[in-house]
Amino acid sequence: MTHRSRQLQVSALARVEGEGALRVVVEDGQVRDVQLRIYEPPRFFEAFLRGRQYTEATDITSRICGICPVAYQSSAWQAMEDACGVSVGGQIAALRRLLYCGEWISSHALHIYLLHAPDFLGYPDVVAMARDHRAAVERGLRLKKAGNAILETVGGRAIHPVSTRLGGFYRAPAAASLTALAEQLWPALDDALATVAWVSGFEFPELELDHDLLALREPGCYAIERGQVASASGLEFPARELGQHVTEHQVPHSTALQATLDGRCYLTGPLARYTISSGQLSPAAREAAAAAGLGPACRNPFRSIVVRAVEVVYAVSEALRIIAGYDPPDPSFAEVPPVAGTGHGVSEAPRGLLYHRYRLDPAGRIESAVIVPPTSQNQAAIEADLREVVAAGLDLADDELTARCERAIRNYDPCISCAAHFLDLRIERR
Amino acid sequence: MSAPRAVVIGIGNPYRRDDGIGPALIAALRPSCPAGVTLAVSDGEPSHLLELWDQAPLAVVADAVLCEPPAPGRLHRSSALPGRPAAAGSTHGLGVPDAIRLAQALDRGPRQLVVLAVEAADLGTGPGLSPAVAASLPRLVRAVLDEVQRVRPDPRRR
Repeated sequence: MTHRSRQLQVSALARVEGEGALRVVVEDGQVRDVQLRIYEPPRFFEAFLRGRQYTEATDITSRICGICPVAYQSSAWQAMEDACGVSVGGQIAALRRLLYCGEWISSHALHIYLLHAPDFLGYPDVVAMARDHRAAVERGLRLKKAGNAILETVGGRAIHPVSTRLGGFYRAPAAASLTALAEQLWPALDDALATVAWVSGFEFPELELDHDLLALREPGCYAIERGQVASASGLEFPARELGQHVTEHQVPHSTALQATLDGRCYLTGPLARYTISSGQLSPAAREAAAAAGLGPACRNPFRSIVVRAVEVVYAVSEALRIIAGYDPPDPSFAEVPPVAGTGHGVSEAPRGLLYHRYRLDPAGRIESAVIVPPTSQNQAAIEADLREVVAAGLDLADDELTARCERAIRNYDPCISCAAHFLDLRIERR
Repeated sequence: MSAPRAVVIGIGNPYRRDDGIGPALIAALRPSCPAGVTLAVSDGEPSHLLELWDQAPLAVVADAVLCEPPAPGRLHRSSALPGRPAAAGSTHGLGVPDAIRLAQALDRGPRQLVVLAVEAADLGTGPGLSPAVAASLPRLVRAVLDEVQRVRPDPRRR
């Protein structure tokens, strides 16, 4: 070979959720190929849901992920209730939103403090960071605990909640238990505000993404557990039309499908949510965002850590709002008799939009299931971002360029387990 | 009521075959749990572990491990703390060794930590332990009871 040829391999890229690999090919100083390879074995959830009862999808799909089980439950029950023509509102809907707030707080606190912040402060991991930033890491752990407390109080346990069911909850929490929860959440609001102030002081490389952004929008609130699908380019449609706009396709290098929006690469997640719904944030979250220097939109993936922190403020304040108006629902669930047909559900998982579609037979057996997780949708955008990172850093030594790529990937908090686990990174220079 | 003298943490996923040895241990201990011993199941998520063992006089952590060459069911005991970052292998970004190091950095570890690791044969999907690992469970239970019986309650603790 006449070209300069060099290969670099990092045995494991840490601090992402799941297992995957990144392969970068540089030939004659040009980036030829960037592939985010998700090689985690396919898990066949969509296949083994077929033939199961419509009531089982919430519990089965929650097992897809230990970080965002509520997201899976929410999109599943929404789709099933849509298929069966049942609309669940009032205090049951409020409890569902409260549960989801717990997942956002817990997941975001984990990513901000334990996985992402070390990149900005120049530490290899949170352990090294904790030696110099002990108070900050303690704050992050308190926030995560507060999120877990919501999940435990409302959902019965922090991972894979057990009190949830189609139509609502097996048992609604007592008002007194939510009052006690609120006592824990008031200090968490201070911790959340301190988090925004802390991360806003980090240094952010200049980078503006031009991908389209896709997130839920809901009048009167920052969309979490439901809403219309909206894009930064002006599209707006209900969940049932998502299949008309979002197309999944296979790529040879990944066990996760990739998705396009009307043929274009797009991004879901905190940047999309913030850009589409920043006007719907609570006053506390809006003030924190403004103080952190965020405008009405944010397209810099490095600043996603600030957006996540703002979303934690929102989730804590929203949880407190819901608890203040809580009146235990009785009954704690709505009856959802099976109806033959197709139902669609979409919600905002911490990492982005999560869509479920089910077709049911008259007895409520699942005939087909489609699950589109956020990381599949974001994979092409992450690859496009990495291409620019590599192109801009070709003069860097391999280890420095590798570190920059790892950092770019963590900006997106990808959950590879959801999409199809560690990341092996290889740069080939030819 | 005296403060707990020990916490026993069974780490693992009962739906990943031998990774379920931690939860199986806790289930086996529950009917006859010694006084002053707290039992907990964990997926190994660091903030949860820090919460469980924070300042405990003794934490016994049971988990499954893969070894080369393998001897499924063999029990390993370690009270040594990890000296260097572990290779990423957890789907949660941080593993149990990272949790131990983080606890040290934050001074939120147990006063004494014992890790009992059982060599796994099968970490595939589905419930149920392999015969070799299932056969090791009574030995693991005895080993845990031996550990907790050596530790007395700490009178300074609330």
